[in-house]
Amino acid sequence: MDGSAPILEMRGISKRFPGVQALSRAGLRLFAGEVHALMGQNGAGKSTLIKVLTGVSPADAGQIVLEGKEIRPQSPIAAQDLGISTVYQEVNLCPNLSVAENIFLGRGETGTYKIKWKDMRRRAEELLRGLHIDIDVTAPVAEYSIAIQQMAAIARSLSTQARVLILDEPTSSLAEDEVNMLFAVIRRLKAQGMAVLFVTHFLDQTFDISDRITVLRNGEREGEYPVAELSRLSLVAKMVGRELSERGPNRSETAEPEAGADAEPAEAKAAVFLSAENLGRRGSVHGVNLDVRSGESLGMGGLLGSGRTETARLLFGIDRADEGSIKIDGKTARIGSPMDAIQHGLGFCPEDRKVEGIVGDLSVRENVILALQAKRGVFRILTRKRQQEIVDAFIRLLGIKAKDAEVPVSTLSGGNQQKALLARWMATDPRMLILDEPTRGIDVAAKLEIMQQVMDLCDKGMAVLFISSEMDEVIKYSDKIAVMRDRRKVGELDAGHADERAVFAMIAGGES
Amino acid sequence: MSEPAAPPLAARLRHLSKGPVFWPLVVLALMLLFNLATNAHFFSVTVRDGHLYGSLVDVLNRAAPLMIVSMGLTLVIATKGIDISVGSVMAISGAMTAMLIGGKYVMGQEDIAAHPLWLCILAGLGVALLFGMWNGFLVAYVGLQPIIATLILLVAGRGVAQLISEGQIITVYYRPFYFVGNGFLLGFPFSYYIVGALLVLLLLLTRKTALGLFIESIGVNPVAARFAGLRVRLITFWGYALTSLCAGLAGLIITSNVKSADGNNTGLDFELDAILAVVLGGTSLNGGRFTLVGSVLGALIIQTLTTTIYSVGVPPEITLVVKAIVVFIVSILQSDRVRAMLAARGPAGEAVR
Repeated sequence: MDGSAPILEMRGISKRFPGVQALSRAGLRLFAGEVHALMGQNGAGKSTLIKVLTGVSPADAGQIVLEGKEIRPQSPIAAQDLGISTVYQEVNLCPNLSVAENIFLGRGETGTYKIKWKDMRRRAEELLRGLHIDIDVTAPVAEYSIAIQQMAAIARSLSTQARVLILDEPTSSLAEDEVNMLFAVIRRLKAQGMAVLFVTHFLDQTFDISDRITVLRNGEREGEYPVAELSRLSLVAKMVGRELSERGPNRSETAEPEAGADAEPAEAKAAVFLSAENLGRRGSVHGVNLDVRSGESLGMGGLLGSGRTETARLLFGIDRADEGSIKIDGKTARIGSPMDAIQHGLGFCPEDRKVEGIVGDLSVRENVILALQAKRGVFRILTRKRQQEIVDAFIRLLGIKAKDAEVPVSTLSGGNQQKALLARWMATDPRMLILDEPTRGIDVAAKLEIMQQVMDLCDKGMAVLFISSEMDEVIKYSDKIAVMRDRRKVGELDAGHADERAVFAMIAGGES
Repeated sequence: MSEPAAPPLAARLRHLSKGPVFWPLVVLALMLLFNLATNAHFFSVTVRDGHLYGSLVDVLNRAAPLMIVSMGLTLVIATKGIDISVGSVMAISGAMTAMLIGGKYVMGQEDIAAHPLWLCILAGLGVALLFGMWNGFLVAYVGLQPIIATLILLVAGRGVAQLISEGQIITVYYRPFYFVGNGFLLGFPFSYYIVGALLVLLLLLTRKTALGLFIESIGVNPVAARFAGLRVRLITFWGYALTSLCAGLAGLIITSNVKSADGNNTGLDFELDAILAVVLGGTSLNGGRFTLVGSVLGALIIQTLTTTIYSVGVPPEITLVVKAIVVFIVSILQSDRVRAMLAARGPAGEAVR
């Protein structure tokens, strides 16, 4: 393949959305008969690049060359006519139409006056048999699993004489055997000379199926590598875009002088507060085992999408686990809702502050007391005076900058909103606090103040589960680090002896 | 000497003008002033047989059902929901109670009902509550959009009322029941007491417990409310149940008032006036902050407007247009954007936060 020219090349692609430069001079080369993985963290520009290629949102600048001719697809249909077909993560078929109808939707096997149903059915069966799928094509799509639906979508692409097939996160809702089935199909297409672009954030799958990898970072092409020449570790490093530094001071070490004074507290801390056994949920994480100890900060490392947030949601009862169990203080706890979790002494600062955290139009006071009031129940209302005392205390303690406690919380800066959320949970006097990206998008000073408070609480015996994409923060503020990869927990490291290289090595997995 | 006292007063007024019930109060006052100018009898209240009589007394009395429904609806709207089935629920509760009282006229037996009155009233309210729970179930647990979920009952409810009354208009001859909608207690119409008691009850329920805070949180951001531990579904469910219960109560008053239950016409188009009353009162359809007192004022504005239009002698063919114009003006005054524009034009920069 190296000698020949690429079937598709994107050069210098730039795309700006209001407020963000999504792509700046990004590019991509695809050869016929290869599986090419497009990798990058969330926000790296993967989907934007795909959208440019498929004509969903044309680029501001740059060139797309298909088989030596420059093309400018202005719509998905135009791209399809040029031979570029896409199968999206959320398969977009019409669920109540038959498989055959979906495959030929909009451009059926039509005769002069009417649709030739028999021919259509026969063609659909042929296409699917080519993928080694033998199903009843007259049944509605909705009756089949997501995996089969994907096959139908792929068959649809084949029927359009596609030469470039884009699979956008095709495996994220598939079970393992279904993934294998999909990969078998991909390999068959590759052998037939199709250029397959595989967008994913699953490392294992990338190394399993692809020939070459293009890494995007911050809207730029970081590089293009043959899979054989790239180690998992260096792939991760390229995705997160940092030289793996030597480790900085760790929380357990900086805390040493105090703890060192008498060695007993370290042992007293050892009681496990929460332990998850084999926790999992279909379409989410699987087989997660975690022990979080009182007075200990457990960090969670992993790439975005590796299952960190999903784990937190299961622990806090936002999603219900359908496998495994949670024990609190050694006793099995049934956590089916956030309320259950709160009653067990948990608190959760979610990842998306605006959508899941603050109640924007309500005042700082109301936002701060909300979880405590929920914990007390609707009838045991906190008096206005008590509410005022609580909120004043936290405004002072955390240095929340607001004109007064009655202004809407949405008028505060991001850092102060995050402090208000921390106050909300501190007010409930939690025994364990889950922090999901608590420092994202807030200024350095607020970051330090927030983490300092959390660490103080932790030293006083609260358990902490700390999720962050900033690996140096995870190492700095954790005693132990649980590492997630591909929606499983792959190991645990002692933060006292770990540096970024060790964590990334575990994130990358396999040989490194 | 009076100079130093002026700024605090102005400041207090300005503070008041930002409150939710300020503009409804102003509009109501303007309407009453208008009536004072055009109709000298409007404000005259006389005492006959120990009962109060007069236009003002009458406006309040007639507004009672709308006030009651609006109060309930306020809670649902505050959760960013809507209930358009209240009118049909009124018909159902009216039909239920009338049916149980019995619609047969027997000379000389106007004080005998087929079932005890308390049972009839309880059944009317009970069936309204049940249908409210049905609405709440559809919205909170099935996940239907509120307008669709309650549209089902809006349509089906009339049928249910017909079914209960076997397609007939049930005339009630049982005199003690008339008291609910027409009676007087200590000189005032009995409906005043019902409205007053309900307002106090709901104010206690929402402001002396955390229910008000929870409802507002759900209306602003249901996801964050759930993450903070609120039982969002349960609270939403009871919001709809309570609204329907209020509608049931209003249905009883109207049925008592006209001494008959008509499945087809009791509470017809009532949902529209009720939504209007809530919005005029200062509760946004976007959910969040709500004011029960505002909704009561909103209902009062609508009733005053109707009465004024009749008493001034507006030709019947343009009454709806006049009504629409007034409603339009009040709605504009309640719009945040318009207020911001007015504030920006205003004298001092103090209005700018």
